[in-house]
Amino acid sequence: MGAPLVNKENNRTMRTLIRPTVVALALLVLLTGVVYPLTVTALAQLIMPRQANGSLVQRAGVVVGSELIGQAFDDPRYFWGRPSATAPFPYNGAASSGSNLGPSNAALTAAAQARLDALQAANAALGLTVALPVPVDLVTASASGLDPHISPAAAAYQTPRVAAARGLSEAQVRALVEQHTAGRQFGLLGEPRVDVLELNLALDGLQ
Amino acid sequence: MTTNGLLQIALYLAALLLLAKPLGSFMARVHQGQRTWLHPLLGPVERWIYRLLGIDPSQEMGWKHYTLAVLLFSIAGMALLYALQRLQGFLPLNPQGFGAVSPDSSFNTAASFLTNTNWQGYGGESTMSYLTQMLGMTVQNFLSPAVGMAVLVAFIRGLARPTASAIGNFWVDLTRSLLYILLPLSLLLALILVSQGVVQNLSPYATATLVQPLVDAQGNPVLQQTLPLGPAASQVAIKQLGSNGGGFFNVNSAHPFENPTPLSNFLEMLAILLIPAALCYTFGRMVGDTRQGWALMAAMTVVFVAMIAVSYAAEAAGNPRLASLGIDQTATALAPGGNMEGKELRFGVASTALWAAVTTAGSNGAVNAMHDSLTPLGGMVTMVLMQLGEVIFGGVGSGLYGMLAFVLVAVFVSGLMVGRTPEYLGKKIEAYEIKMASLLILIMPITVLGLTALGVVTAAGKASIFNPGPHGFSEVFYAFTSMGNNNGSAFAGLAANTPFYNLLGGLAMLISRFWLIVPTLALAGSLVRKKRVESSAGTLPTHTPLFIGWLVVIVLLVGALNFLPALALGPIVEHLLLAM
Repeated sequence: MGAPLVNKENNRTMRTLIRPTVVALALLVLLTGVVYPLTVTALAQLIMPRQANGSLVQRAGVVVGSELIGQAFDDPRYFWGRPSATAPFPYNGAASSGSNLGPSNAALTAAAQARLDALQAANAALGLTVALPVPVDLVTASASGLDPHISPAAAAYQTPRVAAARGLSEAQVRALVEQHTAGRQFGLLGEPRVDVLELNLALDGLQ
Repeated sequence: MTTNGLLQIALYLAALLLLAKPLGSFMARVHQGQRTWLHPLLGPVERWIYRLLGIDPSQEMGWKHYTLAVLLFSIAGMALLYALQRLQGFLPLNPQGFGAVSPDSSFNTAASFLTNTNWQGYGGESTMSYLTQMLGMTVQNFLSPAVGMAVLVAFIRGLARPTASAIGNFWVDLTRSLLYILLPLSLLLALILVSQGVVQNLSPYATATLVQPLVDAQGNPVLQQTLPLGPAASQVAIKQLGSNGGGFFNVNSAHPFENPTPLSNFLEMLAILLIPAALCYTFGRMVGDTRQGWALMAAMTVVFVAMIAVSYAAEAAGNPRLASLGIDQTATALAPGGNMEGKELRFGVASTALWAAVTTAGSNGAVNAMHDSLTPLGGMVTMVLMQLGEVIFGGVGSGLYGMLAFVLVAVFVSGLMVGRTPEYLGKKIEAYEIKMASLLILIMPITVLGLTALGVVTAAGKASIFNPGPHGFSEVFYAFTSMGNNNGSAFAGLAANTPFYNLLGGLAMLISRFWLIVPTLALAGSLVRKKRVESSAGTLPTHTPLFIGWLVVIVLLVGALNFLPALALGPIVEHLLLAM
């Protein structure tokens, strides 16, 4: 038991290990790194090409995004998504990132305040007053910076603004929001949510 | 906390515990060389592999031979991964034209994936070619848990066999782990994930025309959005199942292409602990007493549930500093509420808090939220779960052999109390076993605390800190806790892709993996030689609630003694500051 790991006998053992090591690595690289991912790719492309290729959304033949990836909106005529911390511009699909601001960081409080002010200012510019509080998801940055969803509460907060900016009735906008609201999966998992890009495309489709 | 949130957590626990027995007994059959329903299909492949390796599968190894095989195979794997990153610029399947990764980052990443840590100093979609992801990352995602499982079954044989000398054949254990367990489960999970929207292709990144054009920070117009693609689902499946955790994309399972729906989230979370939990049952089967496996699982579950409760309560309570601004953090049927900074809306607070506990208990390290933005107590739960030594389920194989080291210590300490020679499963626990178990338990805190101290006193360490105050300390502490326990998650504000963190962290990962594997196999070698003594009136039964409680106390006590002072400097003081 006290014998060192490297001695004559082990040197002999070592030599008997070289072939299995090299062959095992080569073989398993082939199996797990080539055969496995290519099998999954082939099956996915065959059975579910839409999902496998990014669930792209087209409008008039042009790809305008993915139903799973959010986009930045700050025009009052559109619903705004979650704040995004990606650089050098929000919702940069090539560089997903959260803010990583800690809960005690003053920059976090300042960012939330700035966002809240922007939301209220957009309301004020249209002569609206929407009472506080604002739902938390609308003022806090998502983990990915690409979150496609907001909560139904965050959509409700923005409904008067979008309706006013587009000259629509609030009921019309609310109906559209409801159409693009998904409940919890199987009524249980996750959170109820509104897909912002799809909702905004539907709004554009109205006119 | 909401009823729905508690239900989601309860459903998770139920699924995990219900799957442990069927999968656990399947894995026991595989590792005992018995036929399973997969053998008609995969048996010929298995025999063909042995023929190419030039080995006789019935020829077993002693512990030193086994250890050499593990080490040699690992060194070869690490060299390959390093080379792939350095040379990717010259290699095919690189549609984005990425160049070579820097030497220190390549070393860190090679150590990281080899050791089942999957700490990532780089952002996947902006650094690694598809070829590197497939031949490098995906391959190590399979090999490192297979090695962990092999070492575990060798250790179990040490406990189960009376007066023998061999503990199994490494090549056989490795092959069987991959062929019958990891590959079929991954294939299944990958396809379910694609159905939810996880991408799986070899195309270059897609571009979309923005619905509302933007200007960037420099005032340049932005008209298009890049949509990163690639063979993600195949890698995400094994990253979850193999306690790897390394993301295909920078933000890991928070990325909508890596984890698009609440269902994908649930399954990815289940995949993290599925094998580690089921291995408890496998252990019980292989030592011929399933009660022993259930006892270990019970001890893990007790700690796990307590940690989930703290994590969920803390995240649901939200951030007191935001409450005063006119921001609504209450959970309703229409809004998740709570601390939503760094979280994705589709997951909300409950399944994010659960995930945070799962990924740190399970030595996985995949994240579905930014841990740097967790509340102080929520963040502390993730650190504590790692600092217990990744034995609350832990990694594939490594979690259970870590827990078994604690079992030996628990048996030993209780033996001291009543003045009897301690024994476990009929094997006498003597000085040599306790020395090895102590090594297993003590190397980690020395590595973690030593490197954290270095990180907060040197300029190179401090330069990477992002958040001010005690949270900045937590970032460094979390980094070395994560790497020193082969977890791989991060407080990602820390700019860790620097030579300081790459080199020291790489070292910590190698130490915490291989410095534990060697004593584990040495223990197996010593235990396997012992004869099995019949239990007597003086034997401490190790399947009773009393022993489960005792084991929990030992695990928590060692963890608290090691880490409480450092936790006080980070998350605890930050929590008190926030409350002021």
